[in-house]
Amino acid sequence: MTQKPLSETSEWTFELIETYHKEIERIAGNFGLETYPVQLEIITAEQMMDAYASVGMPIGYTHWSFGKEFVNNEKRYKRGQMGLAYEIVINSDPCIAYLMEENSMAMQALVIAHAAYGHNSFFKNNYLFKTWTSADAIIDYLLFAKNYIAECEERYGEDQVEAFLDSCHALKNFGVDRYKRPVKLSMQEEKERQQEREEYLQSQVNEIWRTLPKLEEQLDIIQETRFPIEPEENLLYFIEKNAPLLEPWQREIVRIVRKIAQYFYPQRQTQVMNEGWATFWHYTILNQLYDEGLVTDGFIIEFLQSHTNVVYQPDFDSPYYSGINPYALGFAMMSDIRRICENPTDEDRQWFPDIAGSNWLETMHFAMQNFKDESFISQYLSPKVIRDFKLFSVLDDDREKEIEITSIHNEINYQYIRQALSEQYNLGSLEPNIQVYNVDLNGDRSLTLQHMQYNRIPLDKSANEVVKHVARLWGFDVRLETVKENGTVVHSFHCQL
Amino acid sequence: MSRIVDRRLNGKNKSAVNRQKFIRRFRQQIKKAVADAISDRSVTDLEKGEKVSIPAKDISEPFFHHGQGGRRERIHPGNKEFQQGDKLPRPKGGEGQGGGNKASDSGEGLDDFIFELTREEFLQFFFDDLELPNLVKTKLATINETKKIRAGHTSDGIPTNINVIRSLRGAMGRRIALRAPYKNRIKEAEAELQELLKQHEKTYPAVIALEQEIETLKKKIERIPFIDTFDLRYDNRIDQPKPTTQAVMFCIMDVSGSMGFEEKDMAKRFFMLLYLFLTRTYEKIQVVFVSHHTVASEVDEETFFYSRETGGTVVSSALELVSNIIKDRFPTSDWNIYAAQASDGDNWDDDSITCRKIMNEQIMPYVQYYAYIEITEDRHQNLWQEYLSVKSGWDNFAMQRIERIADIYPVFRKLFKKQLA
Repeated sequence: MTQKPLSETSEWTFELIETYHKEIERIAGNFGLETYPVQLEIITAEQMMDAYASVGMPIGYTHWSFGKEFVNNEKRYKRGQMGLAYEIVINSDPCIAYLMEENSMAMQALVIAHAAYGHNSFFKNNYLFKTWTSADAIIDYLLFAKNYIAECEERYGEDQVEAFLDSCHALKNFGVDRYKRPVKLSMQEEKERQQEREEYLQSQVNEIWRTLPKLEEQLDIIQETRFPIEPEENLLYFIEKNAPLLEPWQREIVRIVRKIAQYFYPQRQTQVMNEGWATFWHYTILNQLYDEGLVTDGFIIEFLQSHTNVVYQPDFDSPYYSGINPYALGFAMMSDIRRICENPTDEDRQWFPDIAGSNWLETMHFAMQNFKDESFISQYLSPKVIRDFKLFSVLDDDREKEIEITSIHNEINYQYIRQALSEQYNLGSLEPNIQVYNVDLNGDRSLTLQHMQYNRIPLDKSANEVVKHVARLWGFDVRLETVKENGTVVHSFHCQL
Repeated sequence: MSRIVDRRLNGKNKSAVNRQKFIRRFRQQIKKAVADAISDRSVTDLEKGEKVSIPAKDISEPFFHHGQGGRRERIHPGNKEFQQGDKLPRPKGGEGQGGGNKASDSGEGLDDFIFELTREEFLQFFFDDLELPNLVKTKLATINETKKIRAGHTSDGIPTNINVIRSLRGAMGRRIALRAPYKNRIKEAEAELQELLKQHEKTYPAVIALEQEIETLKKKIERIPFIDTFDLRYDNRIDQPKPTTQAVMFCIMDVSGSMGFEEKDMAKRFFMLLYLFLTRTYEKIQVVFVSHHTVASEVDEETFFYSRETGGTVVSSALELVSNIIKDRFPTSDWNIYAAQASDGDNWDDDSITCRKIMNEQIMPYVQYYAYIEITEDRHQNLWQEYLSVKSGWDNFAMQRIERIADIYPVFRKLFKKQLA
């Protein structure tokens, strides 16, 4: 098929973007990618840095830490240490993807395919995103948050709001529900409910902290049970609902930080899959454009060079090594699933009897929809990818003098490596397990947090600083205990107010 | 289903607020860094921004995460010759194989956080809390500028200022008012006419008279002009006096041979600071540059900072010149007068006494503030002694000594520290 290429030069124009976008949209549709409507926004490099600092969100409340992030990026960009990522995409409906004006047409096409179709379809179909985020409401909610916090600054003073946000930010990774379905966010409802909530929450808190003396027999019972009865893992939630001294506006800010953290929680759990999926599709779609004769050789070479950089995985002993590149691993695994479906080897048939020889599109869509990194790796990491990456595992035990190579990429170890790598993406074990254990309701009102230690891995020293932030939120003493697997307390830090 | 939006014209400084907040929070640290920076800078450099470094520990945001230690297993790519069961010494620094996840966990290295202040921000910190002392202390809030402000409407003015709506509204009112009596009369006359016509012929004299009257009245109504010069209204603008403070700063520098290269450099730095401070903080301020050796001359900025001269030293020549300039061009009724003088303290033997006299009689009574800096590492000479006696007599006289480049900024701050009322 001889087609005239869509463009010959590397310059982009609005018309060209439109033309390329139409073709990409058509091809993506043929591959069954189901997406939110796309909104492409052309921005400058400075705006890209702005977007960076606010974690890609188009609007956000103001805080010095975002300024720090911005200053840092700006510095690194100016020194040339950091190329700007050419894609930022927002999990919203419509799905907003940024195109940087400096980029060539080939790069714009790459970004459109990668972000506006790859990530977009992932956001719309992956179960975590479906369960935990509502793309149609997030922009509204962020706007609500921004205005609310600005209003608080005006009413209660910038310093006070800033200090309070500092404390909330210190706990933001511990402000997510891991198992419960959160309620939908929406600006309108938020606004309406906010007032109501303020009053209600305050009344609830007052109930817990009633100072009227209890009857004798009740007292006995209360002292034996803990509060909360079950340990609570969502520290910010617990504080929002129960901290005795917080003002209503402070509770609302805790809630805002927690809601936004919750919104990003799925992204943190699906890095490999999300990037792998998007990379696989930009690669597939742009190659399809080339096969149809719609793009020139120059275009595809420029694209391939960029693609190769993205999926480059330095070896562990390289100076550039900083862990496993999620783009590289994700792309390799996604491509490998297609290979297993289309050209299975005997090994594949043995390892993946269900998918070897199946329809590759259906299989990939299924994989994209129903997993997160941890389960995706444990399900789909094939011996071939393990061999290609030459993966090996290292055991570092601080009781031993030396570290030990526990497995390498050979047949007896494939399963071992797969499990170990899967565990490496389990947020539950990456982050310390810290829960609200008890509140001394009848005594000094102090709060006790328990850190359940795993494999004797200690908390970083900075934990004491975080406890001070917790104390600021709680308003009374806070105790942090580190508990061994057998239940004995090995370390304890007490922050007195 | 899709849209392409060009956002490039939207504000690019969405992060500016956050950046300001960041700078506000680390004010103290940045201030210190700025003070340190000035000592390393040359005269011409001052206009640039500055790299500022803040200790990483001050700026970190703590969060719960794992520290080093315990037992952990990590997967790495790119195995070369390792076999299962190999034991290796633990690598230093935590990076690379088996070193745990320090790099990804802590998020930040231990290096200082370095970033660049813009020139504006730099100068802001630089001159923070400084001001010219005693500004507007005396009657010197002069009124020599005015500003036009709106002041309602007037019946007199030039055509361009005609306010059409007001004028026509006036005209309409006037027309209604002037017509009213005629109209009323016409109504009455018409009623009478009807009555008469019931009883008499059309030729009856009273009827004719009435008809004529009505006719005249109608004509009168028609003759009322649609618009009259009397109706015209003009937008009125009046001059409102705008109080301004005028100030002049005399920069007096010794460029004689006894000032070595370093002393001159320091003096120039000091004046450069002063100049930047003045031009930045005060919109309307005149600066007069006077350089002297045995004779003094008024020079322009360029010559003042960059020319090289040598010769002996007669300080009084400069003071005399300053005094004359004040008399000629800057009457104290209109001007706040400031002066700063830099010298190495070396002076023609008998001249210092003359200096004291000129200061006491011709300069100090007229200036708001006079700052003298002496740039030398040696003993004070007679000029310093004479100036000490000047100081005892005048509150608005200050003197400081600069020995090293590093002294410039602190001394400058001392001289222009914001004084609490």
